Amino acid sequence: MRHTISVLVENEFGVLARISGLFSGRGFNIESLCVAPTMEQNISRMTIVTSGDDRILEQINKQLNKLISTIKVIDFTGEDFVERELALIKVTAEAESRAEALRIVDIFRAKVVDVTPKSYTIEITGAPAKINALLELLRPMGIKEIVRSGPVVIGRGPKGVAG
Amino acid sequence: MELTGSQILLESLKLEGVDTVFGYPGGAVINIYDDLFDSSIAHVLARHEQAAVHAADGYARCTGKVGVVIATSGPGATNTVTGIATAYMDSIPLVIITGQVPTPLIGNDAFQEADICGITRPCTKHNFLIQDIRDLARTLKEAFFIARSGRPGPVLIDLPKDIQVAKSKFNYPEKVDIRGYKPTYSGNSRQIDKAAKLFLEARQPVLYVGGGINLSAANEELLKLAELTRTPVTTTLMAMSAFPQNHELALGMLGMHGTFYANMSVTECDLLIAVGARFDDRVTGRIDSFAKRAKVIHIDIDPTSIRKNVAVDLPIVGDLKDVLGKLHDKLAEQPAEVQKLIEGTTGWRDSIADWKQNHPMFYQPSESIIKPQFVIEKIRELTRDDAIITTEVGQHQMWTAQFFEFRRPRTFLTSGGLGTMGFGLPAALGAQVAFPERQVIDISGDGSFQMNSQELATLVQYRLPVKIAILNNNFLGMVRQWQQMFFNKRYSQTCLELPIDFIKLAEAYGATGLQASKVDEVEKVISQALETPGPVLMEFKVAREENVLPMVPAGKAIHEMVLAS
Repeated sequence: MRHTISVLVENEFGVLARISGLFSGRGFNIESLCVAPTMEQNISRMTIVTSGDDRILEQINKQLNKLISTIKVIDFTGEDFVERELALIKVTAEAESRAEALRIVDIFRAKVVDVTPKSYTIEITGAPAKINALLELLRPMGIKEIVRSGPVVIGRGPKGVAG
Repeated sequence: MELTGSQILLESLKLEGVDTVFGYPGGAVINIYDDLFDSSIAHVLARHEQAAVHAADGYARCTGKVGVVIATSGPGATNTVTGIATAYMDSIPLVIITGQVPTPLIGNDAFQEADICGITRPCTKHNFLIQDIRDLARTLKEAFFIARSGRPGPVLIDLPKDIQVAKSKFNYPEKVDIRGYKPTYSGNSRQIDKAAKLFLEARQPVLYVGGGINLSAANEELLKLAELTRTPVTTTLMAMSAFPQNHELALGMLGMHGTFYANMSVTECDLLIAVGARFDDRVTGRIDSFAKRAKVIHIDIDPTSIRKNVAVDLPIVGDLKDVLGKLHDKLAEQPAEVQKLIEGTTGWRDSIADWKQNHPMFYQPSESIIKPQFVIEKIRELTRDDAIITTEVGQHQMWTAQFFEFRRPRTFLTSGGLGTMGFGLPAALGAQVAFPERQVIDISGDGSFQMNSQELATLVQYRLPVKIAILNNNFLGMVRQWQQMFFNKRYSQTCLELPIDFIKLAEAYGATGLQASKVDEVEKVISQALETPGPVLMEFKVAREENVLPMVPAGKAIHEMVLAS
């Protein structure tokens, strides 16, 4: 089962290696990982998408909490949240397929950020499922390159997690 | 007042109560060693950095203090890794300070540079690279706090050479506040109440006690709880000296080489109270058959150990001293109920007594050949109760756990989690440094001894009267046993038949060497060694193909023991 976990960590030397080393050392799977600073100078927020059953998820949460560098672990499994990801997709677009490509971009409310006679580069943000759907539609035209950021997640409702 | 980084380091160590460090100099730490030259801090020079770490580890295990190591960069640092991993697996508080190349050279493949922070990230509780001299004092305070608090563990500080000579004002912080690290010491009182209730309902309870007992120094609380409720106690390898093995409630070790009655008790119990233990695979055997009939209470300071391997009915996170004390008091408030518990569990204790009677720990005695178990029993007979025993790893280690009747806390130092050959001799060294007046004996095998035999020099230099007992069977015994039982006696690379003159080796370093090859020489050699001042190496030529029994083969349940080979 797929799980998304946000971890607030001290923004210090080696912390990314520490977290990813924890996952690899214990055989936990990292599907995607996204990290950036927060409002507070010394705190970074990591969003990790992992998979496993309940027992593995419990161990992941506990092991993350155990790390000295970890300030807070937020497990979004079963919680109400907003999940968004960014993707840049370079797709072949020549003659007949050019119009179809633009129609698909319009339907998904994505944007074209680069144009050449033979290609478009498309920028899309949305839930991972929406990005997957766009990719499926573009695949027959010939996708040259995809860059995905991995999802970031925020809880719904008025409460904010500081950091 | 401005001090150099090296001076700040030594002053901070003093403020942390450190009076002894173990280490080995080198280019990247030469400034620290210059300051050590006339410091009040004592330095024990090992002959290999791995041994320096094991020595600090042995020192920490028997005193409860944080062991401190200083090593140089590059190969000095990488030599510490096995020692650090050993301490990490057994949760021993250490602070290891490694020199590092100057900051501008880091990442440049400089001479004697190693990314020791990267290398030890998975085997330290935490590590630090000092990047600014103004962080040094605070980092040292944090390192000691992290090492000794919660579930203890080794902490490494990598200190670049330029920071060692840089100057800064020295201000040792009053307090430490790490927002990501707040261990729980006080057990939840509702959980403790529930535990008391479960206890009183049990008919076949067992206390399963692990190394956490030593780390929390909760021996008294454990003894009081066991005696109040008359509950049998089984101890893991790490806890063998935490509960007096001559106590009538003692079941001995459980698990792969545990006693018959300990393994049967755990298999048949209806309440398993796990105290500072982590359900390691050497203990559980086949995990889906482990303590099948029992409700499980798991008391541990580390939440990650709870529910990691085994389903737990009642978890209690907290310091053992605190939780066991409160649990005892809660039960002591209900004397009538406790009396009912004791009466209701009489049949259980009788069954256990039957198991003990019908399947005692046993080995085939001999008049003609020295049995290794016999040597261990003799050492017990001839040493004081407060003698500190260290072991290396292998058959002799298991026999020591099985046949040496430990009676006092912190008298058994052994590498359990990592199982590091070469641990015993330097650990004995560290223990003797901590307690110069006590008897310290390293029980070793011929294979293990050669992993850190160079430390004979350290023993002689500091006049540490450690007595080393090599149970020489000219084999890598434990592996040979597996090859006999599972690989048709194909003794691949386990015959250590080269006849080493261990006495000459000991004397080459300036120690005393003794040998026993006949049964009636054993007692004489041990007595002579104990009366001889200074370090003594005793070689016992023991039966070659003796096996450690009982044995739970890999993949079997712990009640499926092999009792005879």
